[in-house]
Amino acid sequence: MKTLLLATALVALSGAAFAQDVVRLGTEGAYPPFNFINDAGEVAGFEREVGDELCKRAALTCEWVTNEWDSIIPNLQSGNYDVIIAGMSITDERDEVIDFSQNYFPPAASAFVGLSADADLKGTVAAQVSTIQAGYVAESGATLLEFATPDETIAAVRNGEAAAVFADKDFLAPIVAESNGELMFVGEEVQLGGGVGLGIRESDTELKDKLNAGIQSMKDDGSLNALIEKYFGPETKKF
Amino acid sequence: MFAACADPKTIEGLTWLSCYLTSGKHLDFYWSFVTVLLLLAVTAPAALAMGFLGASAARSRLLPVSIMGKGYAAVVRGVPDIVFFLFFVIALDQGIEYLKSLAVCADHTWPWQGLEFRVCPEAKVPLGASSAFWHKAYGFGLAVFTFAIVFGAFAANVLYGAMNAVPKAQLETAEAYGMSHGQVFRRILVPQMWVYALPGLSNLWMILIKATPLLFLLGVKDIVYYARELGGSKTQAYEYPHPDWRLWYFLGLLVFYLIFTKVSELVLARLSARLNRGQATAGGEALRKAGS
Repeated sequence: MKTLLLATALVALSGAAFAQDVVRLGTEGAYPPFNFINDAGEVAGFEREVGDELCKRAALTCEWVTNEWDSIIPNLQSGNYDVIIAGMSITDERDEVIDFSQNYFPPAASAFVGLSADADLKGTVAAQVSTIQAGYVAESGATLLEFATPDETIAAVRNGEAAAVFADKDFLAPIVAESNGELMFVGEEVQLGGGVGLGIRESDTELKDKLNAGIQSMKDDGSLNALIEKYFGPETKKF
Repeated sequence: MFAACADPKTIEGLTWLSCYLTSGKHLDFYWSFVTVLLLLAVTAPAALAMGFLGASAARSRLLPVSIMGKGYAAVVRGVPDIVFFLFFVIALDQGIEYLKSLAVCADHTWPWQGLEFRVCPEAKVPLGASSAFWHKAYGFGLAVFTFAIVFGAFAANVLYGAMNAVPKAQLETAEAYGMSHGQVFRRILVPQMWVYALPGLSNLWMILIKATPLLFLLGVKDIVYYARELGGSKTQAYEYPHPDWRLWYFLGLLVFYLIFTKVSELVLARLSARLNRGQATAGGEALRKAGS
């Protein structure tokens, strides 16, 4: 029995070793419609389709992994996965520690959402930790209230802990639309970051080139625009 | 799961609820209870074994062994659990991969390059190409190991105290009968120390039950992770949209943990009565008077 088990284990291991190299895609899984865990327990959303298509075009075998947003960059660096595909905006600070592909989502607006039109945007504003929005709020002079997940930032506004939440407009839009008038956009939209790109280790230039070529081909044949329209509606900015 | 659940947005009421509670994600949630129970079932004996080794080492007549045993308990008990879980697991993981890289990689460049940790793909544990199951099993294994080390240190302290609490006269009598040190340890000391160790160990067991949410720090998706993930408000992008229900999910967890600790208390009380029988302790005296 033991030898049988051992033999099965060996076969399984060697089978895995002969398979072609697997690229592991790391995402947060809590940022709809960019990425979320659907009710079947699988990664879904805009980035799931973009990622699968890119892997197909670059002839890579890909596997999806979820990781907390907080530690998503350190875990890329220690090699737990090879690509970050988590609605991450391209910024100079992040570019110092990791590399970015070209953007697969155009530079988008960030917006405030509050319970009323006169919500105090200089008061307490909620944002997700380590996002460009959190950095913006901290510099704006408002009191920044940080949360680990995007969902908690919305909950903080609903229960009055924060006057407003500041996040990607494309993430907030469906939430506002479905809140039956409870939540509304407040104040001006703000342009932040250089669009959303794939995060890759700085030493992984070969993988970066492959993915860049894939994104370019998806931009050229319009399939990327079609996906953006499918998930974010016809009014969203496209390439 | 059921045929009626094919299009969740058209159904309502109880059907909706039954479909919702049997969605794939909920089934993962139910399985995570098994994960937590499995972790406890594996970790408790492992931690006890670590504790036993630590306590025996601390009692050793050889100074280096004794220092090692006492040092282990002192260092691990002194570091906050959360720091230990964050630092130790990353260090352990990278250490394993570094050692493996020495054996299987062709070039031996130092893997810590600036912020990146880089070994050749063959040295990854588990291999990048292995299935998700192996990645999960490896993460679970790291978790068990870390829990065993942390709780082993506390258990070592408890067992060390319990070993010292066994009356010296008994050990000396055994030696007078001509038993060797090993025989005294096995026949007299170990069988009698449990009654002194049990209160401390049962405390540890309760703390271990409550510490399982630390699993999430190690990347193992436990019940707290799923409660937060399932309870968060869901937009129409999901098949089962709903408002913020985290309160209900956490209430469910609260009930689970309370029931679990209550059952543990009952079992531990019986065990304590069993161990106290015939012992010269307050508990043993109470049993004698009750006539059992």
